Parts: sequence; structure tokens; C-alpha cells
Amino acid sequence: MPHGTAAASGIKGPPLGNGKSRSTTERHASMTIAKSQKITAWEDVAAAVRNFRLAALLGWQDVAQRYRRSTVGAFWLTINMGVLIGALGLIFGTIFRSPMSEFLPFICVGLIVWGYYSQLINEGCLSFISNTETMLQLPLPFFTYVLRTWWRNSIILFHNLVIFPVVLLIFGKFINFNALLVIPAFLLVSLNLLWMMTFLSVICTRYRDLTQIIQNIMQVGLYVTPIMWQPHQLPTDKSILILDFNPFYHLISVIREPLLGGTGTLLNWGVVVVMAIVGWTIALLFLNRFRSRVTYWL
Amino acid sequence: MTSMILENVTVDFPIYNAKSRSLKNQVISLATGGTIGSNAEGHVVIRGLEAINLSLKDGDRLGLIGHNGSGKTTLLRVMSGVYYPSGGQISINGKCTSLINISLGIDPEATGRENIRIRGALLGFTRREMAEKQAEIEEFSELGNFLDMPVRTFSTGMQLRLAFSISTVIQPEILIMDEWLAAGDERFQHKANERLHELVNKTKILIIASHSKELLVKNCTRIVWLEHGKIKMEGDAETVSDAYFGHQ
Repeated sequence: MPHGTAAASGIKGPPLGNGKSRSTTERHASMTIAKSQKITAWEDVAAAVRNFRLAALLGWQDVAQRYRRSTVGAFWLTINMGVLIGALGLIFGTIFRSPMSEFLPFICVGLIVWGYYSQLINEGCLSFISNTETMLQLPLPFFTYVLRTWWRNSIILFHNLVIFPVVLLIFGKFINFNALLVIPAFLLVSLNLLWMMTFLSVICTRYRDLTQIIQNIMQVGLYVTPIMWQPHQLPTDKSILILDFNPFYHLISVIREPLLGGTGTLLNWGVVVVMAIVGWTIALLFLNRFRSRVTYWL
Repeated sequence: MTSMILENVTVDFPIYNAKSRSLKNQVISLATGGTIGSNAEGHVVIRGLEAINLSLKDGDRLGLIGHNGSGKTTLLRVMSGVYYPSGGQISINGKCTSLINISLGIDPEATGRENIRIRGALLGFTRREMAEKQAEIEEFSELGNFLDMPVRTFSTGMQLRLAFSISTVIQPEILIMDEWLAAGDERFQHKANERLHELVNKTKILIIASHSKELLVKNCTRIVWLEHGKIKMEGDAETVSDAYFGHQ
């Protein structure tokens, strides 16, 4: 359609002058249009992704709020995280008699990434509930609210990541080329967390106490997932049961291993990929089934 | 062609008391067997709207009247695409904007300018459109240097002015309002009224819920009187408003 290409070139070109006439015909092309038929889950997700700017703006505002009354802003969270890593690293490293130069970077990445996952899951449960007012007034795609939660926490993750190079520097260590694997890993991990959040946001809106149960699970998850202890410290015959059946072990490993110089096992990557595909299929079917009911549950 | 057609639209609200809202209780009640008297799905249902048939086309100005709880807000939400009817059909052709709560999305910690951006994005403006509109909004609000201050430092009137200025730069084809918007002191109110009239005149379909007879008669061509979620009376503005306000 020639119309679409014209619009695309209009964005690049310097514009206001000749963009004027175009912009009147296309004015509010993105304005929230109520659909005549049921909006399917894929339409919802696609529309939210297309208008990612809105989710990013809202998510950014959530972080910016932390900066408004304090110069340190979101870095307060980073300071907290740094203290936690230092304290837990020293204690558990001593208990396990692990060399600090190996253990501290390990627990550092683990805690930062786990913090990100558990915040995403916990806040993901509330994605719709905390946007009740907006949802009852504007027919925005629901996935926008999930993306908002994801984006806000991703910004905080990037704040926290500054701790890692500091820890490496202290021990005179460096990352190697394997570290580049964190880019695909982050994408895959995000895909996984987004489907989990989508699923949870729907079901937690209906069953309000589920949020508490999930929080509980995530709290236990911190201890059963190898974050404060290393996988090789487990007796080998038990490790399959404890590690391989824990999806968060794989989600953590694909990010942690490359940063520590390894690659992660094929199983780690395989599980993460398969889980993304299966998970999204289920989450989309689920959202599709209940989408039109969600606003009634708010 | 802008239009909105409602066929047999019915809205049922499921009422979840603390009991049925909890997963734990559902699991337990499953174990003990049997649900306590309610509908097939196992919970109380309140009918918000029942079999609403309406057809709006280009140029229609529809007023909604009815007592509190008669279903006005529910109907406005169905029309703005927030509630998907639990029964019947609605088809909406046209860009639809609802100005039910203009202060929605205003962040008190953010500055006036930042709020213009947030609210603008919520209303569906692209970055480019926003850049075009920014100056117009700032000028209309007459907030001057206060635009760089956090909104929490604004007086209530100033906050409303800001919200009003942002919300009314839209040009929807279908405009949904709950009561006529009012903002600011007398002088600003005058200006705001003018802008709102302009907006209303430009939109192809207007839907407004109100308790003011004068307003409804002045702005609407048709009025629907809702009672207990059903249409009690429908007709031209004079007749229906006379009947409604007369019966009170």
C-alpha cells in the first residue's frame, strides 16, 4: 500500500513542511480505535508492540519518579543490591570455602538477575490491577501494561548491572567473547518472562490472592535456585532433580554463564527456547479466551 | 462513514465477594462439594445493561439520562470499547475518544510539560503530532512558567486547566463525555467552553451523559433515558427530557 510507505518516509525526512498535508489525513492514525468485534490476543500483543513507545514512556516515568525527589534516584536500588551482594557473598563464600574471586562474581550476577526476574513476576501479577483506572477508560491494548512493567524493571536491571564490572575489577578479572551471548540470552529470557507475566496478569486479576502465592513461590525460588550456592556443590545424583526441573535455573544460567566466561549448557539454551515457544502459545490462547472478561474483573 | 451500532447489548457484572475471589476457597469448596446458591458459573451476577439497541450515525448527538446506577457509565464504557458486551453486538466505525476523567494519567510528581507528553501518548498521539501540539497546549493552559514545575505544586484549578488543555486537542470522530467538562476560574471557563463547543461541533458523533436538562437540550438531538439498565424512553431531546425531568 503506497500510503504506508509514504508515512514511513515521512518520519525520516525533515518534514513538518510537507508532512503537514499528510498529517491531517493521517491524524491520530494511532488513536485508540474501538473494534467492532472481539479483539484477539495476537491483535492485542501486536498493537502493544507497535506502540511500544507508550509502554516505554510509562515505564520510564515510573523510574523517573524515583529521580524526582532524590538525585541518586533508582541508584538507591543499586546501592541496596550492592550491599546485599557484598554481605551474602562474603558469608556464603566463607561457609562454602569458595575462592572469593570466583564466588563473588557468581553471586553478583545471580542476585542481580534473580532480582530482575522476581520483580518482573511479582509486579507482573499486578500489571492490570495497578492500571485499573486507565483500563476502565481507554481501550488500550492490555499487553501495553505488561510491557510497561517489563520496561520499568529492565531499566532498573541496567542500573544494577554497573555492580558487575566493579566486582570484576576488584578481582582483576575480565569477561571474554562469550559475554556476547548475553544479548540473545536477554532476548530469550525476556520472551519467557513476558509470557509468564501475561498469563499471571490475567489470572491474578481474577484471583486476587494468587499474587501472594506467587510471591511466596518466588521467595522460595531464591533458595532452591543456584544463586547463593553453585550447581557443582550439589551431589551429582540429586542435581538433575533440583536443577534441570527448575526453569529459573536455565533462565539464570543462559545469562550468568556467558558473563563468567562460559557458554551455558545446550540443555540450558534448549529449555529456554522451547519454553518461550510453548509458553507464548499457552499465554496467547489464555489471553484470547479471557481478554474480554478482564475489565469486568477489575 | 462514522457509525456506532448496538444490537441487543447486554452487560452482566460478575460479583466476586472475597470468598469466590480467592483461589484457595475455590479449591476448598471443590473439595467439600457444592456451590452456594448462584448462577451456573457459581457467582452472583448483576445485570448492568439489558438488550440495548441503538444506532448512531454521522451527525448524531446523543444524550444519556437516568438516575445513579441506571447504567449510564456502563453504557459509556461499552461504547468506548472498554467493556466487551457479555451479550449482543456492538460495532464501532470511527476513531473514538472518551473524556470521562480528563485527569487520568496525570502524574503529580512530573512537571506540567512531562504530563502533556504522558497524557498525549495515552490519547494516542504520535511523537510528531505531539511536537506540533505542545505549543498550542501550553499556550491554551496559560500556565507559563508553572509548566516546568511538578504538578503537585499546582492548585486544583490549575491542574484541571492543564488536564483540560491536553485532553481537548484531540479531534475524534466519536466523542464520549460524562458531564460537560469544566475547568478553572470564570474567565478560563469561558474560554474552555468555547473550545469544547468547537470540539463538539467538529466531532461526527457525540455521546454525552448528563444530569443537566439545559445542557442536554442545547447539545443533543436525541436522548436515551436509561433505567435499571434498560432503555425506558428514546426520542428527540425535548420530549425525553421533559418526560424525565417532569417525572422527578
